Amino acid sequence: MADPSSTDPIIELTGISYSYPKEQPVLKNLDFELRKGERIGLLAPNGSGKTTLFHVIMGLLPVSEGSIRIFGRKIETEKDFVWVRRKIGLLFQDADDQLFSPTVLDDVAFGPLNMGKTKKEALSISRRVLSFLGLSSFEDRITFKLSGGEKKLVSLATVLSMDPEVLLLDEPLNGLDNNTRIKLISVLKTIDVSYIIISHDIDFLLESTDAIYTLNNGRIEKDTTVYVHSHDHAHMMGNVPHQHD
Amino acid sequence: MLQEPFSVGNSFLHRTDPRFRLVSALLYSIVVAVLYGFFSLIASAVFSLALVRAAGLDGKTVLKRLALVNGFVLLFLLILPLTAGGDIFFSIGFLHIYQPGVVLALQIALKSNAIIMAFIALVSTMNFSTLGHALNSLGLPHKFVFLFILTYRYIFVIEQEYKKIWRSIKIRGFSPKTTLHCYKTYAYMIGMIFVKASARAERVYRAMRCRGFNGSFYTLAEFPSSGKNWLFLFFMLFSTFLIILMELYFYG
Ligand SMILES: Nc1ncnc2c1ncn2[C@@H]1O[C@H](COP(=O)(O)OP(=O)(O)OP(=O)(O)O)[C@@H](O)[C@H]1O
Ligand SMILES: [Mg+2]
Repeated sequence: MADPSSTDPIIELTGISYSYPKEQPVLKNLDFELRKGERIGLLAPNGSGKTTLFHVIMGLLPVSEGSIRIFGRKIETEKDFVWVRRKIGLLFQDADDQLFSPTVLDDVAFGPLNMGKTKKEALSISRRVLSFLGLSSFEDRITFKLSGGEKKLVSLATVLSMDPEVLLLDEPLNGLDNNTRIKLISVLKTIDVSYIIISHDIDFLLESTDAIYTLNNGRIEKDTTVYVHSHDHAHMMGNVPHQHD
Repeated sequence: MLQEPFSVGNSFLHRTDPRFRLVSALLYSIVVAVLYGFFSLIASAVFSLALVRAAGLDGKTVLKRLALVNGFVLLFLLILPLTAGGDIFFSIGFLHIYQPGVVLALQIALKSNAIIMAFIALVSTMNFSTLGHALNSLGLPHKFVFLFILTYRYIFVIEQEYKKIWRSIKIRGFSPKTTLHCYKTYAYMIGMIFVKASARAERVYRAMRCRGFNGSFYTLAEFPSSGKNWLFLFFMLFSTFLIILMELYFYG
């Protein structure tokens, strides 16, 4: 993989602070940068603000201070964030929040239809994504009757169907069994996107990311000890041939 | 996530153009809402039941939905006959059952069940994107449609949160009694349902925005224009008309 530090930053956060109404600040003067091709893990205790950070990047929570640049563009208004949401796909921590259509196919096609695709295009995109995730037989399944792990995978499909350039995955492993976990790792290796993964599973992060950061006192810190380990793994994976489409 | 158990199906009603279903459901329920005669009321309840049958819905789920509504109706059935005043129907000791109250309560029961069943058969058989799409294409303002749809979704969310909380209360050995502890538990439960439902609705809305939702609804469902739609509309209007005739003949 090309050295990411030489490429353009796609997410640049400077001096971001966020507090929920009437609460102590969760993010305090936070700086963060994601460059093209980077694959970052975020490992931090419960309640440290990981989910909040993702929601800030997507413009779902309005920051009081700091600046957000996405693909070099300064992001300020809701209109700017509408543009951001086409570039960055967020997998929610709770799949129940993500799925709201009665059938899997409806839900996966929701994004493409909103992006102005025709029914026919939306259908073919959705079918392609579902088959890519090995979920072809799920098309007509009813979303609220899926198991927890199945919901998680379908949620991923709803995000991928928008063809994002960056993925923010909030605890993607939640509720996945070992086989599905292996499948997810191989999916992550196959797709050609930059991503940030929140997870409490260090082995998973070592395998699927190049660097692991943590959140401490509302700021992002590079976890150096873990960083060395993950670097080893990154090299090992460098030898594994991977596909781009 | 939202449950729309009735929206998945392949009956004739499911395949009818949603706009035709909406318009006929609306007209029909306006008419039913102003009926007084028992003959026409019973006829419309039977007709609505037939619609539910025609939609091929799971009877148990429909009954559950109806039970929810009839909880309220039961309240009327208990209170109105005792309090309405007017002619006394019969008396049990010092309790007087008033005839106008009995009549009114029965009318409410029949009306609400007829209308709910018609909506279950005609409207809840489309998923909410389709409903939004249909409302939009009937020319209603986007803002209005959006608010309406959110409200509609909210009802399902509240039901779902209720079930979850009730489950968690039950597995901790709660049994309903008339103690202070019980009333407190109920009060907490109701509070939690609304807090959690609104938080969930907010998160679902966030997820929708992340996926490019901008206020307009699109749907994958195809409803080819066919003569059958018009036939359906004619049938619905004709039945509604017959009910009006019955009302005028037996009551007017
Ligand atoms: N809607 C909210 N209103 C008020 N406070 C909130 C809200 N959501 C989260 N918080 C608080 O903000 C802090 C950060 O929450 P966040 O969900 O970002 O944590 P997290 O790092 O994702 O945790 P986890 O690993 O448990 O998912 C927590 O202390 C939490 O209590
Ligand atoms: Mg979280």
